[in-house]
Amino acid sequence: MADEAIPFDPFARFRLATRARIGLGRSGDALPSRHLLSFQLAHALARDAVNGSVDWDGLTAGLPDGVETVAVHSAAPDRQTYLRRPDLGRRLEAESLGRLSHAGWDLALVVADGLSAAAVQAWAPATAIEILTRLKDWKVAPIVLARQARVALGDHVGERLGARMVAVLIGERPGLSVADSLGIYLTYAPRPGCRDAERNCISNIHADGLSPAQAAEKLVWLAREGMRRKLTGVGLKEETPSTSIAGKEVPAIPNDA
Amino acid sequence: MSQFATTAGGERHVFPDLKTVLACASPRRSGDELAGIAAASDVRRVAARMVLADLPLTVFLDHPLVPYEEDEVTRLIVDGHDARAFAPVAHMTVGQFRDWLLSYAATPDVLTALAPGLTPEMAAAVSKLMRNIDLVTVASKCRVVTAFRTTIGLPGCLSSRLQPNHPTDDPLGIAASTLDGLLFGIGDAVIGINPASDNLDACMTLIRMQDEVRRRFDIPTQSCVLTHVTNTIAAIERGAPVDLVFQSIAGTEAANRGFGIDLAILAEARQAALELRRGTVGDNVMYFETGQGSALSADAHHGVDQQTIEARAYGVARAFAPLLVNTVVGFIGPEYLYDAKQITRAGLEDHFCGKLLGVPMGVDVCYTNHAEADQDDMDVLMTLLGTAGVNFLIAVPGADDVMLNYQSLGYHDVLTLRHLLGRRPAPEFEAWLSRMGMLDETGRLPPQGPHAGSVTRLLGNGA
Repeated sequence: MADEAIPFDPFARFRLATRARIGLGRSGDALPSRHLLSFQLAHALARDAVNGSVDWDGLTAGLPDGVETVAVHSAAPDRQTYLRRPDLGRRLEAESLGRLSHAGWDLALVVADGLSAAAVQAWAPATAIEILTRLKDWKVAPIVLARQARVALGDHVGERLGARMVAVLIGERPGLSVADSLGIYLTYAPRPGCRDAERNCISNIHADGLSPAQAAEKLVWLAREGMRRKLTGVGLKEETPSTSIAGKEVPAIPNDA
Repeated sequence: MSQFATTAGGERHVFPDLKTVLACASPRRSGDELAGIAAASDVRRVAARMVLADLPLTVFLDHPLVPYEEDEVTRLIVDGHDARAFAPVAHMTVGQFRDWLLSYAATPDVLTALAPGLTPEMAAAVSKLMRNIDLVTVASKCRVVTAFRTTIGLPGCLSSRLQPNHPTDDPLGIAASTLDGLLFGIGDAVIGINPASDNLDACMTLIRMQDEVRRRFDIPTQSCVLTHVTNTIAAIERGAPVDLVFQSIAGTEAANRGFGIDLAILAEARQAALELRRGTVGDNVMYFETGQGSALSADAHHGVDQQTIEARAYGVARAFAPLLVNTVVGFIGPEYLYDAKQITRAGLEDHFCGKLLGVPMGVDVCYTNHAEADQDDMDVLMTLLGTAGVNFLIAVPGADDVMLNYQSLGYHDVLTLRHLLGRRPAPEFEAWLSRMGMLDETGRLPPQGPHAGSVTRLLGNGA
C-alpha cells in the first residue's frame, strides 16, 4: 500500500518456519524481478557446483604435513560422461589401479568430487582432519582423491588397498538452498558389488547443517561400532543414537536473498 | 518370433525381436543408452520406426514383451484387454493407427470408447511414430474425468496439486506453503505432502493437520500424505482421516517389488479408502506417481525401453480407478533423461500414453540441478502440456522444493498458464475461490494485496 512506509508482510510470522519461497508477490501473474534473479542466482550456484572442478592442489595444501594423498580417476573421462554413465563413475580407470597397493589398513578415506565440487572444496579437508584426529589408534591409508567419482568407487579403492572399511566423502547433489553439501558413506568389507543397504550415510555437512566435527563424531562412532560388529548398513544404522539432523533449526532464506 | 528387417539409407537393418524394434524406434535418451538398448545411429532409429509402422497392432497382444508367466503386470494387461473396444482399430498397423488417431474421425467420444481396447505397448508404439505436436494434438482430444471432492479433467479446466513440502515436516512451514498456494488458486487436484519421515505417527500427524486446514476454511479439495501404501493402510486402520491413497508404481512386477508393492496390496488399500466414503462428488481414491527410468534403476526392465515400461505403469494405474496419476518426469536425473529436449519429449509421451489409455494424467514438470535444463525449459513444457489438456500440474512455492531439492513449477506458473490459455480450476474449487472473494468479474485471480479479505482470512493479521 502506498501509504505504508514499510510494506506490511502478511507472511512475516511464517518466514522463520520455512526456507520455501513463500509470499513472493506478483508482477501481474509472474515473479517480481528481484525474486526471478534470486532464483536464477541459486540455480547458477548449483550448476557451477555440479560442473565445476575441485582445486585438488589447493585441497591437498590445506591438509596437515605428514598426511599422504594419492590421486585416482574414475573410468568416466569427463563430466558429461560422468553424468550419463553412473556405471563408469563407480569404476577406476586402469592407470589408477596401479597407484593403490594392498596393505592391511583399518580404514581407507576417499575424497570424491561427486556432484558438488564446491562441497568438496569447502568441507572435505576439515572433515578428513577431524576424522583422522579421532582415529589415531587406527591404521588409515593415504587419503585417496578421486575425480569423476561416485560412492561405489570406494568399493574398488577399498578392495584394492585391502582396507577393512572405506569412508567416501563426496559432494552431494546441489539444491537451490544449499549447493555445497558434503556426505559421507561408510562401508565395511568393501568390494565391488556392495549394495547401498550395506552402507551408512551421514548427510548434510555444510554451513547450516552438520559441522565437520559433528560429522566426524558420528562417523567415528559408526566406524568403531561397525568394526566391532563386523558390519555397516541397515543393521548398524538402526541402533545408532542420532544420525539425523531432524529437529535442527532450519534457517530461513532472507526475503531478498 | 522371427526377426524384423528393412532397408533404409542403402543399408540393411535387422532387429532380432519386438522389444529391440521398440527400443531402437524410441527418440534418443540417455536411459536407453545406459541400458545398452538404444539405436546405435540415427538411420537405424528411423529404420526401426519404418519396421514398427508396418507391424499390426495385434502383434502386441500375441507377443508380450515381458513374459506372461513371469510378470503380473503383463497378466493384468493381457487378461484385462477389452477385445470389443479394440475392434474398431484391430485391423490397423501402428502407422495406420497414428494416421487414424490424428484424423477427424478420432473424436473425444470415440477415443474414450477405445481406451479399454488399447494396451500400454500399443500406446507406446504409436507414440514413437509421433512428433511432439502429434502427441499434443491427440492428447487434447482425450477426456478423462475423475472426482472426489472436486471434479478433475473437465474440458476447459486445468487443475493443480499444491505441494507444500518441508525438510523436517514442520507444521507451520507446511501451513505457510499451503496458504501461499491457496492464494494463487492452487490445490484443486490435491494438497499433497511428500513427508520427510516415513514414520507412521509423523504421517498421521500430517494427515490430521491437512484435514483440519481443509475443514477450517471449508475448502472443497482432497489431501494426501505421499507415504508408502502400507503406511496409509495402517493409518486408515488407526482412524486417520485419509482422503487419497498414494503409491509410486512402475511397469513391471519386479520394479513394483522394488517399491515394496504388488497389485494385491494396491487393491487392498483402495478398498480400505473406499470404505471411508469421504468423497462428495466422486469415489476415485487412488493417487499414483510414475516416471521413465524407474524400472531400469531397479534393474527390472527386462531389456524393454524406458518409455514402453512407463506406459505399462499406466496399465497398472487404470486398474485401480485413480483420481490422479502423474509422471515426475525430470526428477530421475540425467542418466535417464539427459537434458531439456529429452525431458520435454518424455513429458509429452507420458501424458499422451496415459490419456490414450484412459488414465487421469497430470505431470510434475520438473528437473534436477545436474540435468541440462532450467526454468525456461519448464515454461516450454508446461505450455505444451497446457495446450494438450493436461489434467493437472504440480506447483511448489517459487518453483523450489526445499525438501526434495529439485525444481518443479511455481504457483505463479500455473496461474500464468491458466490465464494465458483461459483454463479454469475445478468447478467446486472455483466456486470456493469466488466465495473467498479471490476472483475478478472475468474469472481471473488477480494479485491479492496484503490487506485483501482473502489474505486476512487465510493468514490472519500477520501477528
